[in-house]
Amino acid sequence: MRQVYCLLLGLFLAIGMVQAQELKIPARPSPPRLVNDLAGVLQGDQVASLENKLLEFNDTTSTQIAIVTIPSTNGRDIAEVGLAILRDWGIGTKDKNNGILILAAIDDRKIRIEVGTGMEGAVPDAIANRIIDENIKPNFRNGDYYQGFNEAVDKIIDASKGEYKGTPNRRKESSNGPGLFILLFIIIVIISILRNRGGGGGNVISRRGWIGPIIGGFGDSDRGGGGGFGGFGGGSGSGGGASGNW
Amino acid sequence: MKKSTLTLIIILAVVVIFGGCGVSKYNSIVRLDQAVKSKWSNVEAQYQRRADLIPNLVSTVKGAANFEKETLTQVMEARAKATQITIKGDDLTPEKVQQYQAAQGQLSTALGRLLAVSEAYPELKANQNFRDLQAQLEGTENRITVARNDFTTAVESFNATVSTFPNNIVAGFGGFKAKEYYMADKGAENAPKVQF
Repeated sequence: MRQVYCLLLGLFLAIGMVQAQELKIPARPSPPRLVNDLAGVLQGDQVASLENKLLEFNDTTSTQIAIVTIPSTNGRDIAEVGLAILRDWGIGTKDKNNGILILAAIDDRKIRIEVGTGMEGAVPDAIANRIIDENIKPNFRNGDYYQGFNEAVDKIIDASKGEYKGTPNRRKESSNGPGLFILLFIIIVIISILRNRGGGGGNVISRRGWIGPIIGGFGDSDRGGGGGFGGFGGGSGSGGGASGNW
Repeated sequence: MKKSTLTLIIILAVVVIFGGCGVSKYNSIVRLDQAVKSKWSNVEAQYQRRADLIPNLVSTVKGAANFEKETLTQVMEARAKATQITIKGDDLTPEKVQQYQAAQGQLSTALGRLLAVSEAYPELKANQNFRDLQAQLEGTENRITVARNDFTTAVESFNATVSTFPNNIVAGFGGFKAKEYYMADKGAENAPKVQF
């Protein structure tokens, strides 16, 4: 009996392992943030000012613009890293794919504007390229990262105004598949049978004691983002955008 | 009595799991097969997007500079050849994919030469229209890379599924075979890295 339990537990763990991803990219921020200065080139108030601007735009249009700075791409193409982050974090909403990522690799002096599939009409490659040439490069060359990001964000907001309307109070969906749930249920049944056998005439209360907390773990998967950024919506991209060096 | 009930529950659970698995495995194989086809149509769409950009690029280059004709002719010829070949999703064979890739590869080479030569014309580099087209072309090349990677990933996950137990049994019933084509580059720069 113990073997069956171990087998199921092993299976359960294996499923979890498969879902982990391969390419090394920064983990999705928790709590979710739109401005992620991982290279530490922005001041606290600058981060707050950008975050507020992006948050307001997200609230009114559901379009998610994220800013990420990293020290280096470790030799990878910045376009590849940009797309990996956009897809892994799920920037933009799932049905509209209206996310944009501005990614700067500070030590490599490389910049990428990664445009989600749903934003390619509003911000085509040529526009992304112009923003890099005219707004980002000159400011970044002067070491004024905030100004570069700020101008770029303004340009993108201008270009994408009216493209999408806001969807207020979007809640995160639970990502647990039904297969996982069934497996967990079977494990719970087996465990409770085992417990009953061990305890001899096991009572109802102890059984509930087992199931309660585990089921409860599923329930609170939609923690509302009170006031702040509610989280990325599962958007994706197909490699649109532009890259540059400064 | 307790022991027999327990055995019964376990047997029942096993039957339900395997029966359900068989059907859901079959469905997931069908889904993976569909994914391969749709990723392929993405690849073709991105190559088509590149082909659509070329006439505009050529006429811009022609208009802005006294550009050497041979390079432009080569691009247009390669484009004409590349756009002749299309493959339907149901008709994906290793030979056809190779043929398609060869034709698109020639166009890539011709385009690369055009962009390299254009570096020598300062009036082109100062031309906003040309710069926009160049950005679009770069973006499209990147999309092609992404579409090809997605296609390869879809093929790999299809193959990984149909060739492992117990899916291979289900795949055999459904007549699904591992797909033997990958979008590998001539240069090995995109070759999968072996990790230990």
